Amino acid sequence: MKKEMITLKVNGESYEALVKPNSTLLDLLRDYLRITGPKRGCDAGDCGSCTVLMDGRPVNACLVLALKAQGRDITTVEGLAPGTMKLHPLQEAFVEHGAIQCGFCTPGMLITAKALLERNSQPTEREIRAGIAGNLCRCTGYEKIVEAIKAAAEKT
Amino acid sequence: MRMRPFTHLKPRTLQEAISLLEQYNGKAKIIAGGTELVNLMKEKLISPEYLIDITYVPGLDKIGCDATGGLKIGALCPLSDIESSSLLKDKYDALARAVQTIGSVQVRNLGTIGGNLCHASPSADSAPILIGLEARAWIFGSAGEREVELKNFFTGPGQTVLKPEEILVRLEVPTPPPRFAAIYLKQSPRRAMDLAVVGVAVVLSFAPDHSLADVRIVLGAVAPTPIRAVQAEALLRGKKPASGLISEAARVAAEEARPISDVRSSKEYRKDMVDVLTARALQQTLAQA
Repeated sequence: MKKEMITLKVNGESYEALVKPNSTLLDLLRDYLRITGPKRGCDAGDCGSCTVLMDGRPVNACLVLALKAQGRDITTVEGLAPGTMKLHPLQEAFVEHGAIQCGFCTPGMLITAKALLERNSQPTEREIRAGIAGNLCRCTGYEKIVEAIKAAAEKT
Repeated sequence: MRMRPFTHLKPRTLQEAISLLEQYNGKAKIIAGGTELVNLMKEKLISPEYLIDITYVPGLDKIGCDATGGLKIGALCPLSDIESSSLLKDKYDALARAVQTIGSVQVRNLGTIGGNLCHASPSADSAPILIGLEARAWIFGSAGEREVELKNFFTGPGQTVLKPEEILVRLEVPTPPPRFAAIYLKQSPRRAMDLAVVGVAVVLSFAPDHSLADVRIVLGAVAPTPIRAVQAEALLRGKKPASGLISEAARVAAEEARPISDVRSSKEYRKDMVDVLTARALQQTLAQA
């Protein structure tokens, strides 16, 4: 099985990678590029812990064949903070509102929340819950996550 | 959960894709969004040696209106585009709402309408409303294009009329009549990220005197394919439905359903829910009039 060379952008930086067809974008990010923000939870597109932005749209990286990421612009949680000493408003809100316990769902949640607020800058609680329906959290019961997203929406 | 090795092919035209299907007959699968296929391959339930990726063929992912105001939807249109398209907001909102019940935001950004239909799960959420809206499927093969009414597209669980060297390329949905109402209701154990245990689409068109010129009741997840509840429809056609008639039609629709019991639900519950959802869908569409 032949590997193929692909080029893609991750968090604004260009990368070249030699990928096997039977690997996913999640494999590429975590194992090859060592960008470990996106997590491997279910590896089946159900839990959302691998959520990244691909050309601005949240997708499950575990369902995207690595080859199909050729030429794409990927954003992971590592790409959210505007600088080394500053947090993205969503990250700040998550910290302030106690929306992080074990932290495993957090990278995917933040990416989904960022895309949600870009689509809908003033979501209702219902719209927030529908928007994060593809991101499972076993710790928080979602209350604080929803509060944090609402608070971040109000701030921006 | 590693997929078995395969060769990833990137045809640039439909003709090339068809030739590849013919060349690798039996050893190839078409991939679009991959939201179903990648999982099936990770579980090693299927392991095609060749994946024919049709997302490199341009022009198959757009939504547009035709001259008569009907809708043309490319098979590779992502579900999220259908969900949010301004072209659907007026007459085809029920289709957008139906597609919105599929999976999650992330899944809908990758998954395509063509994939949802060609995977042909009996519970596919886009099927009942499209059948109710009298959608037609356009299929491309070595002999050129052919058209199939969507109600005849499905032949069994996971099976369609597509021949091995054919590809679904587009859906055409005719303009609805001037006075009509449509809805899709989905019953599932979870509020999101779940299959329908029962899906009911109702499309009504009204005569000037508010009687029902036409009725379509399409049931999903309660038979090997989506089915029309033709007897329930016949009860209502031409009438001005009052609550007694609605209950009767819902009861008859439940009798026409042929559900099975599985991990998600029992056949008894599914039959009951066909009755409940059909009545609810009829009430809500009649209220839209």
